[in-house]
Parts: sequence; C-alpha cells; structure tokens
Amino acid sequence: MDPVILSRWQFAITTIFHFFFVPVTLGLSLFLAVLETKYVTSGEEIYKKMVKFWGKIFLINFAIGVVTGIVQEFHFGLNWSEYARFMGDVFGAPLAIEGLMAFFLESTFIGVWIFGWDKLSPKAHAGVAWLIAIGSNLSALWILVANSFMQNPVGYAIRNGRAEMTDFWALVSNPNVRYQFPHVVTAGVAVGGFLIMSFSAWHLLKDKAETREFFTRSFRWAAIFALIGALLVGLIGHAQGQFLAQSQPLKIAAMEGHWETEAPASFSVIAIVNQEKQANTFEIKVPKFLSLMLFNDLSTGFKGLKELQEEEIAKYGPGNYIPPVLISYWSSRTMIGIGLVMVLIAILAVWWSWKEKLQERRWFLRMLILTGLLPTIAITAGWLIAETGRWPWIVHGLQKIEDAVSPAITPGIIIFSMSSFLVLYSVLGVIGVSLMLKYGKSDPAAAEGKGE
Amino acid sequence: MDLNTLWFILLTVLFSGFFFLEGFDYGVGILLPFVARSDRERRAVINAIGPVWDGNEVWMITAGGAMFAAFPHMYATLFSGFYLALVFMLIGLIIRGVAFEFRGKREDPKWREIWDWAIYYGSLIPALIWGITVANLMRGVAIEGDLNYYGGLIPLLNPYAFFGGLVFLALFILHGASFLGIKLEGVVKDRVKDVTGKIWVVAVVLTVAFLIWTYLATDILNNPGWDGLIPAILAAVALLLSGLFYKMGREGWTFLCGGLVIILATVMVFSGLFPRLMISTLDPAYDLTIYNASSSPYTLKVITIVAAIFLPVVLAYQGWTYWIFRKRLSPDSPDLHY
Repeated sequence: MDPVILSRWQFAITTIFHFFFVPVTLGLSLFLAVLETKYVTSGEEIYKKMVKFWGKIFLINFAIGVVTGIVQEFHFGLNWSEYARFMGDVFGAPLAIEGLMAFFLESTFIGVWIFGWDKLSPKAHAGVAWLIAIGSNLSALWILVANSFMQNPVGYAIRNGRAEMTDFWALVSNPNVRYQFPHVVTAGVAVGGFLIMSFSAWHLLKDKAETREFFTRSFRWAAIFALIGALLVGLIGHAQGQFLAQSQPLKIAAMEGHWETEAPASFSVIAIVNQEKQANTFEIKVPKFLSLMLFNDLSTGFKGLKELQEEEIAKYGPGNYIPPVLISYWSSRTMIGIGLVMVLIAILAVWWSWKEKLQERRWFLRMLILTGLLPTIAITAGWLIAETGRWPWIVHGLQKIEDAVSPAITPGIIIFSMSSFLVLYSVLGVIGVSLMLKYGKSDPAAAEGKGE
Repeated sequence: MDLNTLWFILLTVLFSGFFFLEGFDYGVGILLPFVARSDRERRAVINAIGPVWDGNEVWMITAGGAMFAAFPHMYATLFSGFYLALVFMLIGLIIRGVAFEFRGKREDPKWREIWDWAIYYGSLIPALIWGITVANLMRGVAIEGDLNYYGGLIPLLNPYAFFGGLVFLALFILHGASFLGIKLEGVVKDRVKDVTGKIWVVAVVLTVAFLIWTYLATDILNNPGWDGLIPAILAAVALLLSGLFYKMGREGWTFLCGGLVIILATVMVFSGLFPRLMISTLDPAYDLTIYNASSSPYTLKVITIVAAIFLPVVLAYQGWTYWIFRKRLSPDSPDLHY
C-alpha cells in the first residue's frame, strides 16, 4: 500500500469525524450564549433551565470535538512532514495564533462555565458563555485562514526551497477566508438550530403538560437559528461559488461535471459521470443556468475540465490535474440539495411555531426528528468538495499531495494508527450519540442538578 | 538577542507551562484509582482538576503550534520520526479527554469504573511518553542528512529514555499528589498525604540517578552553549525543599517547590540543548538548531507580536480561574459537577 493513499485516508477519516462535532460547537455555543443573555435580561428561570439542559448536549459534543482536534494538530507533522517543512513558515503561524488567541479562551472558560454557576454572578456567567462562543468561532477563523492558504495561496514567496510568509495581512485577508469563514460559521448556526429542533420536536410529540412551555420556547429559538443559518449559508455559499469560479475553476468544473467549455454554460441537474471517458454518459441540463449561477448573466462562458487540464499542463508541466469528478459532482448535489430543503423546512418551522400550529402538524414534527442531522451531511459534502476539489495539490499550485507525505513513515505503521483511530472514533461516536440521545430525551425537570 | 533565541525561550516557557499544569493533571489521573475508593471520593478527586484540565491541555496544543510556527523542521522531524510513540500518546489523550465528560453521564458503577481507568491510562501513557520523548531529545536520535529520523519506535525505547519516562512519571505523580494536598480535605486528603511522602522518596532516588546518567550519557549538563548544570542543581534543591516543606506540613510550599522542580527540569533540558533543538547521533552537522530549523525572520516577527499580546492575557485569565476555584473540595462538597 502507498503511504500517500493511506495518509490521505487517515486524514480524511479524522477530519470528517472531527467535523461532525465542530459545527455543533460553533452553533450551540452561540445558541447558549444567546439564551443565557436572554435569561439575564428577562430574569425568567426557564431560560436558565434551557441553557443547562441544552448545555449537556453541547458539552458531550464539545469533548469529542476537542480530543479529535488534538489529532488534527499533530497530523501535519505525523503524516505530512514534507508539507510541514515546505509550508510551515506560512501555515504554522495561524495554528499557533489559534492556540494563543482562541483555543485557550474557549477551553479555559468552558471549565469556568461548567463549574461556575454558583461562583459567578448571572451576568458574569453569561459573559463567560459569550467568551466560549467567541473563542470557538475565532478558532474556526484561524483554522480557515490556514486552510484558505491551501486553497488560494497569498502573501508568500518561494525562497530557500520553501514557501515563506511575506505579508501576514494578505494571509488573513485572503479573499477565500471572506467566503469560507462565514460559510462555516453560518453552517454551524444551522446545525445548532436543526439539532435543537429535532430534540424539541420529539418532546413536543409527547406533549407533556409540564415540559410543553420549555420545548415550545426552545423550538422557537432553534427555528430562528435554523432559518438564519440556512438562509445565510446558502447565500454565502453562492457567492463563494462565484469566487471559486475565478480562483479554483477546476474545483467548480468538477463540482458541476462540466467537461466541455461552453458559452453560455449550461447547468447539469443530474448526470452519470464517467471520469475515464471524460464525459457524462447521461445528463439532464438546463441551458445557460451555470452562466447565471457563476456570473450573474446568461452569456458568459465557463471553461470545461478538458480545457482547464490543458491550461494546467501548460502552467505546471505534464500530469493529471482533474480532481475526482464523481465525488465533487455528487457532493455538490448533496450539499446544495440539502441546503435548499433546509431553507424550506426552516421557513415552515418558524412560521408554524410562530402561529402556534406545530401540534396540528404532527407529521412535520415527526419529520423534524429525522432532519436533525441534515446540515451535518451537507457540511461533510461541502468539505469533500473543498478538499478533494483541490486535487492533486495539497497547496494549490505550490505542492502536490504526493510530495507532502512524511518520508519516515511506513505503510505498516499508518495502517496501525489508522485502524486504531477508526476503532476509537467508532466507539466514541456511538457513545457520544447515545449520550446525546439520552440527555436530549430526558425530562428537563428531572435532569436538573444531576451529574453535569 | 535574535528572534530565534527568543522563540527558543518561548518554547521553553510553553513546555514549562505545559509540564507544570498538565503535570499535576496527569498525576491526579494516575493517583485516582488508588487514593479514592467510593464514587463520591473519586468525584472529589476528578473535580479538583475539573474546572482547569481543559485549559491546561491547551498549553500542549499551543506548544505544538508554536513549534510548528517557529521551528517547522523540528515539528516535522519530531512528529514524523516519533510517529508511533505519539500515536499512543494521542490515544491516551483522547480517552482521557472524553472520560472526564462521559464518566458522570450514567449512574451505573461499571460505567464509571471504566472511565476511571480511562482517566488513569489516559494520564499514565502520555506522561510516560512525554518523558521518553524528552529523554530521547536529550540523548539525541539518528537524524540523517535530510533532517529525517528513520529509526522508528524501537530505538526510542532505550533504557536511558525509558528511565527518563519513569522520572517524569514520579515527578508528575508527586506534583499531582501535592496539588490534591492543597485542593482536598477529609479522608482522601489523608490518603494523598501518605502517598506524597512515599512518592517523594521514589522521585528523589530516580531523579538523582537520572541526573548522574544524564551527565555520563549526554552533554546536557556540560553543554558549551548554555549551562544545563545550574538549573539541574536548582531543580535538585527544589526537590529537597519540597520534601522539607512536606515534613513541616506546609502544603502550599510543597506544591510550589514540586512545580518548580518540573519547570527547572524543563529549563535544564532546553538550556542543555541550546542552540540545538534536536541532536543527531550520526553527525553534529545534522543537528536541528534554532537557525537551520526555524521559520523566516518575518514569520518569527509576526508570531512574536501575537505572543507578546496574548500570552500575558492568557496567563491573567487562567490565573483568575484558579482564584475562582480556590476552595477545597471534599467527597461531600456540593461543588462536584463531573
């Protein structure tokens, strides 16, 4: 087995598993901070109960997010040491800054938040909730500054046989960050909203008198979160697509299964993609629609994968520069399809909870239980596009994936570490989900005060 | 002083902070099954580090991040070369991290017992592996001309490094015991007090033996660059003082001196290495130094500014959290959350 392929698998497994939990942290930390602020400003006890109840789900999720995050930080050295040597001068700084500025904040105050209910004033405690939310989301910012460099390298020069940072501000204000960061944060908001809606819907279906108020209100807040998140993540994603059409056209062409240059470009709704033949063997198309999506008009052409491949060869020398189209194409359909469904669901959820019609729409509540994880699937698809769409580059145009792997590791030890992590993640995933279900389904009144 | 030297010092500071803070967390985790028997007792022990362990662990993350940013070649050589050792450490850290959160989530005693052992092994394994890693850094490993170490795990498990691992374990357990000494009251504390005296004797014997071995097997104590000998002597003095304060029943001072041992030992290691980061046993020309392994002057300047702003802020708010949770805990205390 090839260490490059094994290392890619190990990285993919860890990243995908890690990112099941991170968006929940991003979204729920904000959700809890908002609710706790509402508790302080309104003085209503029910909001404190809501914070404590949903806080348990948040903390179970947070623990798994943190421990898998450590693996992420070590990974660049463990499996990708040539990458660390070539890119460390640029890439290391945002990771170090993430630790100093964000992760310290988040992790220190999470302890204060859990243990500080009786030690701090309600206002100070709500302030701590905001510090956690800010820390988590700042953490995402710096990681995405680092990731954006891999997608769209800026602010560097190739010197002394490596990439060296020449302009820190350019690195931070990388246009890719401006789309990717809000896209991830709003995705987190949607994740938080859908998750809480899902648990609340389960309780609303039980319709117990003593918890009705609690879950009706939780639902309303969650629905607003879901709607804000779903709308914004879609709009930002659309703008991001237009940006990527300029900065990483191969990624977009792969997402759309767009083999041939067309002006105006048509949009492929559904297709059977054949990477070997470099064509779609079956396809339903909407004429001019891709031009509209990418360029806001009905005429601008968009280069196909084949032409882009020739351009890359002219630029970087012989080689294959077409990403795995099948993954990108179907991930894109999954992400965008789910995104649209999420908007629809969120609108109905806000509307019917506002009109107090939820109890009459029991089919809708039943459906919401199942849709709790929709945003998570969309996010996973999104990262598959972002990361596999960069293929064959680990840093776009600068270093290829095959040149980045550690020379000192052998296939045997990667298989060992990968299978260990896989077993560990599976166990943690099962335990984490079952604990979240246990606490999400518990009675808020009965759960009060028990081991947090 | 150039920025390369400054970042060498900052790396020393970050690792000192990491070993000091996580040192007692690991120690507490290792002591858990032995000093606390009933569930309430164990909860008191876990809650003694409950509010702070996560923030403490970030010292390791940030030390790793700083190493990546300031000395990317060290990060690359160390992490890829010590691959399996670090994978075992990660496994330990993963099960320990979730154990704190998961343990209290079910009433079932079997469930809690499992997570208690997860905390134990999740503290023991990383502590031991960090000791082995640091001792190998002191002794040097077979780094080749391309800056990579290809030897794998087996050469890292040499007797000297393994002994270094035991020294780390002993110092961390002592540190954890003295931390519990200032955080607990009641029956568990009495047991901890007993352990502290015993583990202190073990720590003294191991540390002295290790210093002699270090003198014979490495150049850490007579490094022509910076002097590793002075911090080594100071560390030994601090260790003796901690024993003295223990005898006098001065718990705060016992803890501080034990912590000082860890900080001075870290300073000793780094001073003894300076200006090297990783020693090659094959050829001094293959050593990773603060110059040939570092980032560019521009990058060092950027992260220096960030560290100058945020490191004091971090110290201030982490200090504040220790102040908030300064109250002692006992098995019947109402402040148990985990």
